[in-house]
Amino acid sequence: MPLDDQTPGQKPGEARQFKVVGTRPLRPDGIDKVTGRARFGADMSAPGMLIGRVLRSPHAHARIRSIDASKAEALEGVKAVVTRADFGAGDDDVADILDNCMAGEKALYDGHAVAAVAATSAAIARKALKLIDVDYETLPHVVDVDAAMKPDAPVLHEGLSDETVPDGVSQNVVHRVEFGHGDVEAGFAKADKVLERSFKTAATHQGYIEPHACLATMGTDGIADLWVCTQGHYMVRNTCAAILGIDQGKLRVTASEIGGGFGGKTTVFLEPVALALSRKANRPVKMTMTREEVLRATGPTSSTSIDVKIGMNKDGKITAASADLRYQGGAYQGSPADMGSMTAFAPYDLENVKTVGWDVVTNRPKAAAYRAPGAPMAAFAVESVVDELAKGFGLDPLDVRLKNAAREGTKSSYGPTFPAIGLEATLQAAKDHPHWKAPLGPNQGRGVACGFWFNFGGDTCVSLNITPDGTVTLSEGNPDIGGSRASMSMMAAEELGIPYDQVRTVIADTGALGQNEVTDGSRVTFAVGLATIKAARNAKKVLCERAAMVWGIDPEAVEWADGCARPAGDNAGKFPPMSLKEIAAIASNTGGPVAGHFEVNAEGAGVSFATHMVDTEVDPETGAVKVVRYTVFQDAGKAVHPAYVEGQFQGGAVQGIGWALNEEYIYGEDGRLQNPGFLDYRIPVASDLPMIDTVILEIPNPGHPYGVRGVGETSIVPPLAAIANSVSEAAGVRMTDLPMSPPKVLAAIQNG
Amino acid sequence: MIYEVPETVDSAVALLSGATGSARILAGGTDLLVQMKSGVVEPDLVVDIKRIDGMKSIAQEDGGWRIGAAVSGAEMGEHQALCAAWPGVVEAMELIGSTQVQGRATLAGNLCNASPAADSVPAMVAAGAVVRVAGPDGVRDIPVEEIPVKPGKTSLGKGEFVTSVFLPARPVNSGDAYLRFIPRTEMDIAVVGCGVSLTLDEAGTCTAARVGLGAVAATVLVVEDAAAALIGSKADDTALDKMAAAVSAACKPIDDKRGTVAFRTHVAGVLAKRAAKIALARAQG
Repeated sequence: MPLDDQTPGQKPGEARQFKVVGTRPLRPDGIDKVTGRARFGADMSAPGMLIGRVLRSPHAHARIRSIDASKAEALEGVKAVVTRADFGAGDDDVADILDNCMAGEKALYDGHAVAAVAATSAAIARKALKLIDVDYETLPHVVDVDAAMKPDAPVLHEGLSDETVPDGVSQNVVHRVEFGHGDVEAGFAKADKVLERSFKTAATHQGYIEPHACLATMGTDGIADLWVCTQGHYMVRNTCAAILGIDQGKLRVTASEIGGGFGGKTTVFLEPVALALSRKANRPVKMTMTREEVLRATGPTSSTSIDVKIGMNKDGKITAASADLRYQGGAYQGSPADMGSMTAFAPYDLENVKTVGWDVVTNRPKAAAYRAPGAPMAAFAVESVVDELAKGFGLDPLDVRLKNAAREGTKSSYGPTFPAIGLEATLQAAKDHPHWKAPLGPNQGRGVACGFWFNFGGDTCVSLNITPDGTVTLSEGNPDIGGSRASMSMMAAEELGIPYDQVRTVIADTGALGQNEVTDGSRVTFAVGLATIKAARNAKKVLCERAAMVWGIDPEAVEWADGCARPAGDNAGKFPPMSLKEIAAIASNTGGPVAGHFEVNAEGAGVSFATHMVDTEVDPETGAVKVVRYTVFQDAGKAVHPAYVEGQFQGGAVQGIGWALNEEYIYGEDGRLQNPGFLDYRIPVASDLPMIDTVILEIPNPGHPYGVRGVGETSIVPPLAAIANSVSEAAGVRMTDLPMSPPKVLAAIQNG
Repeated sequence: MIYEVPETVDSAVALLSGATGSARILAGGTDLLVQMKSGVVEPDLVVDIKRIDGMKSIAQEDGGWRIGAAVSGAEMGEHQALCAAWPGVVEAMELIGSTQVQGRATLAGNLCNASPAADSVPAMVAAGAVVRVAGPDGVRDIPVEEIPVKPGKTSLGKGEFVTSVFLPARPVNSGDAYLRFIPRTEMDIAVVGCGVSLTLDEAGTCTAARVGLGAVAATVLVVEDAAAALIGSKADDTALDKMAAAVSAACKPIDDKRGTVAFRTHVAGVLAKRAAKIALARAQG
């Protein structure tokens, strides 16, 4: 039976002709979201529900001598107060997560949770927080990555450095990584010019619109339920179970609609606290963060300090490249210095390359993932130096990138050899685009940059069920952030040969499916899509068997095409096709309900590349930067729903614009965050932006049945560099310090 | 918290005068409600003045305009005669917040919030606006620049509140303008704000000028040296440079998360020059 990876009639190697995939149907969540019917994290309620609030450290670094909550506990309406003492030791692998959710011996950053209350109203809960007496011994703090590495820096954790860390640096340096090949010194010696520059980037927040929120119930029988806004409810279940010391199977987690995550909702903050409060109060507990809490105490990305050295010949050929990348990841180990080091030179085919990454802890909130974690900062540094060298030789920056571009067979700077990849295609498309030739106005500059992201696969389960009337319900375990319900419905419809509107995809709770990796790593359209296609193929196999049973022929003699079971050939016998609806109607009499499911640890996520092109205009009298024109060129493998793909390209570019121009965590001398709100933490507003133009390239990923590659993260990798290259040209001075806020740009212009 | 909605100025004054705890006025509420929600203020009494006669009207008076304390930015922006007379004041008011905020936010509220970065205040200062205050001792009229005394604090006494702002009659060949600097294009707080109003004679010589400067000191500044640099000149480049220098010299800003001393001082001069050019063009018709 031809139910392998080929469509009937499709020859090997021939591009598949799609009917549903590649179209732009209406999004299934659109009506809910514009009418307010969609239920987000804070929209869940339960009878007898309490409101939980968190008391947070006002100090950047302090020993907690004692906590006296007796006055709060005595307040009428207060049903529970928890501190670290209410949590057990927990598993080692969640020790940092627990300590971040509820401080132990020390408060490690401004905003660190030290206690929480559950009360019958928000007003009582707020009042109770003021009655909790915490005795702090304040300690010296450090928030800057370079300062934290110095031998005499205040130390957050004694003895945390591992064996990779050399002598002579602070214990705040947790880990050092190194990647590369060849001999960089020999390579530099051969170069016509060697350029070395240092760069800084500020910590930025994902800036999701929806603050963290959850509703927890945990009874004395140890059975618990949690409704939560998250990127991965299976992760929430496993992490909370480990922290609370309960079986994973006893905790059912349901994911709400999600108002953005961008990586920031791939860990837990409130959830174990809400469960602990519920356990203690024996009542449901709802917790929601304010925006101030989101900014002070969730996970922004790392701030960085990076040195890049590149040798280039007059013809634009890179002879050697090296980078030293220092990332502070907040109060606990795990900054994305490793991924920054791996991605830094990934777009280039280099004979001699070396990157060294440093994971450093500081008195800031623990960094969480942010869209291609670690890569945008590394690309900013590397692509700035490539640009400066290219322009210094009078060469076209796109030509220089094409000359050095990684391609199929290139041994990447981080080890693996690339299969078919789309970098050259994006560069060529950029070169051929009218944007590249368009004239620039006064005080304007144009910048380009490339970016790379790995993309991931991981554990995935899909269950596809056919209802008695022949419609299809698809259950997946990944919260839909970027349009995955539409994409899954489209891939299921494509595979089954039925219309898109005959499939409804839902995000199942943790009781309904096996383990699912978080919605991260640009993995969902690839991995869940792969599982959806395989689940549909499994369902088709059953459908064909049922038709065979009705026709009294061998199941091997039935094939599925255009939404119907059909005899595979003339020898199989002559029977009219049976549609999915017809088979569904008789399912009960032919063996029972029809379903298909698939479980996999998906491998073969194809890497992804993009090239961005941007024009900016600088006001030489104020340093204000206006983004005038922006075009994204990116390889999508196969764009399942092109409108969503364009949205991902545009969204990454816009977040990159914010990061490049105005977003930053600003700390005072006291180590406290000075801008915990959207007024002074400046994400771009709509009027700051031009239309972000997109060009989708499709170089199929051999690891996916339809050629899909993840697209969500790559789009934020090039913008910092592309904008810096553009602003540097417009301002007439090289900008190496992000954000390029007006005071910095004006000072750079005035200082030449 | 007690919420009151008086229908006369006298009853509002009585409520405010008799308050035992903290009392706040509610007009548009775009500052007050945000402060209450974030816990910055917890007033014992909130007096909503929107139902008091005259609070929602824009009326011509002695050739000028009296703007009630509860008139929103959107209502000002839709009032063609007011826009024609004092475009700089209206554009300053319209820069505040979003479209939604514009439907509620008021000139008087922006003034009484007493932020040094308030957008409408430098424009009102340049316009020579006069504020009418009602209180236990009756009604008094005072120059706009005398209302804010320091960040978050006004000169109003207990029981007093602003009932209207008066923009005086405009001589012929006059123009005003307001510009602010923000890192974004909207939804932001001024890093520097500058209002300029000037009057020309038949020959195009500047006979009167006022310059108001925001976000560069603890209160909005009236920069008399800048005005003096314009008066008697044709507002040519030399005069404008002199005015910009006077503006920069008047700045007493701080380094903070929104900008540096050097940046604010420089940009204040840049904006003053640009605003003066717009005011000049308007005066020239």
